[in-house]
Amino acid sequence: MRLVRNLIGSPEGAIGLGILVLLALVAIFAPVLSPGDPLSIAARPLLAPFTDPSFPLGTDRLGRDVLAGIIHGTRTSLAVGIAAALAALAIGLCVGLTAGFAGGLVDEALMRVVDAFQIVPSFLLALAFVSVIGASVPVVVIAIALGAWADPARLTRAQVLSIRERDYVASARVIGMHPAEIALREILPNALPPVLALSAIIVAAAILTEAALSFLGLGDPNVVTWGSMIAEGRNVLRSSPSLSIFPGIALVVTVVAVYLFSEGLTKTIGRGRLAA
Amino acid sequence: MNRAIRLIRRRAISSIPVLLIVVILTFGLLESASGDAVDAYLLSIGGGDATVAQALRQAYGLDQSMMARLWVYVSSLATFDLGWSIAFDRPVLDLILERLPNTLLLMGSATAISFGLGSALGIVAGAKPESAVDRTLSTVSLILYAIPSFWLGLVLSIVFAVQLRWLPTSGIETIASGKGGLARALDITRHLVLPVGALALIYMALFLRVMRSGMAEAWQLDFVVFARSKGLSRSRIVLRHVARNALLPLVTMLGLQSAAMLGGSVVIESIFAIPGFGRLAQEAVGGRDAPLLMGIIVVSAVLVICVNLIVDLVYAALDPRVGASESAG
Repeated sequence: MRLVRNLIGSPEGAIGLGILVLLALVAIFAPVLSPGDPLSIAARPLLAPFTDPSFPLGTDRLGRDVLAGIIHGTRTSLAVGIAAALAALAIGLCVGLTAGFAGGLVDEALMRVVDAFQIVPSFLLALAFVSVIGASVPVVVIAIALGAWADPARLTRAQVLSIRERDYVASARVIGMHPAEIALREILPNALPPVLALSAIIVAAAILTEAALSFLGLGDPNVVTWGSMIAEGRNVLRSSPSLSIFPGIALVVTVVAVYLFSEGLTKTIGRGRLAA
Repeated sequence: MNRAIRLIRRRAISSIPVLLIVVILTFGLLESASGDAVDAYLLSIGGGDATVAQALRQAYGLDQSMMARLWVYVSSLATFDLGWSIAFDRPVLDLILERLPNTLLLMGSATAISFGLGSALGIVAGAKPESAVDRTLSTVSLILYAIPSFWLGLVLSIVFAVQLRWLPTSGIETIASGKGGLARALDITRHLVLPVGALALIYMALFLRVMRSGMAEAWQLDFVVFARSKGLSRSRIVLRHVARNALLPLVTMLGLQSAAMLGGSVVIESIFAIPGFGRLAQEAVGGRDAPLLMGIIVVSAVLVICVNLIVDLVYAALDPRVGASESAG
């Protein structure tokens, strides 16, 4: 609760959180705001925006409602972004904790794997992964997480290495605490804050990667996404540029909100550490 | 100079196991695909009977066990043989080398422009943290950095190529124009303005932010406080002390971003129909061309290693402390 209050205290955090809450509400209540399948034909094709009050943003080449697509696309973007970031953080924390705590050969081997994932462009990896396994929402989530876990892993390991030499960890060892318990109860909570500050950036990157994948036609074909809407609008870019522009604006607003939130979060965590 | 050679040697040795991990993991991933390149090929030519498929698999060695093929791949990799592209029916290395210059030109120009502009604007913003100029630049860069490159590319081409007709919408040069020399260079430049612009704007925002935050931190450092108390002029402090100190993280950023930039080339080259490395990756995916995709991933990993090595050499040249402790070893 104190975290939220501090977050609202900084202007960036307040604006970012505000927009994100609004987007989350749109995502949750998408079926209420725009009932029915956003991929179904709703009206005459290529209806210009701001002409028909029942289709404020117009319709696309196949007569699908653009506003409905954007509303339902919020779901995909946020869900994929957050799920991919959570998966990346989970893998990164496990690997980082293991490497930092085990040390020696295990550490060396794990860090070389981290290196390998860092030198392969994550977008190429995601592209290869989705094309091999087949496009569906869970596969896209895993594909994005595969390219994103290396940074949190490296950061967690660095944190563990610096924390495990501290006095309170030594005391825990002296009183006979089990190593796993020390790792989870003493080290993890203290290693977490900087990694969490990284998490918002990972969400933003995941949202952008998902959009790029579905723009290239590698998203789940049964789900409406902003990236696929932009790609679809590209076919009539000369006559109806708005079809590509609107979903792009939705993307930018979402990512800006995540960045603002992350700036607020970083400031709050920084302040918290100073106070401690 | 000795230090540089030692750095290169150490880096080359430590890169080998990492590259090997990349090769093994990618091989395993592509291996788990349902259907191979022969299936994709037969589908594209309208089908074929089982004996043809069998013969093709035998010809490409696809009928052998996975471990056997991994061994063949790794050992041929040691002689810089990246295998044979099935979709293009040409050696993978030739294809990649043919496409790479376009991408390097695109990425190189975008990096140079964004690094120059970004660090200059970062100095402007960081010269007086929390001032109106700083806040404006920070806000603009935050929004720019949130824009997906493919969408910015589309918007720029709507405005400058479709509406204003100032620049071409796609390609790397006018096809069969018969131009040569300077005219050709000019033609390529005109084609590259939009894709380079789209990438440069986004990366500029990143460099601006890194420079700005580095400078904001440097203002708190003791030697800056000391320079101020000595009464040095503000512009001298900004350039000589604060900006100089903030430049090093920017160089590091350059290395860290190289992988992301190579990945980003896929979408931007697809938007502007530039026959580069990224587009080749998309074509490999479309043609289910596993050897080509494999080669692309391996080459991109090697490229990232090289860029990081160059960045480290630059870093070592800028900061004499780097590598000094290793001179004993």
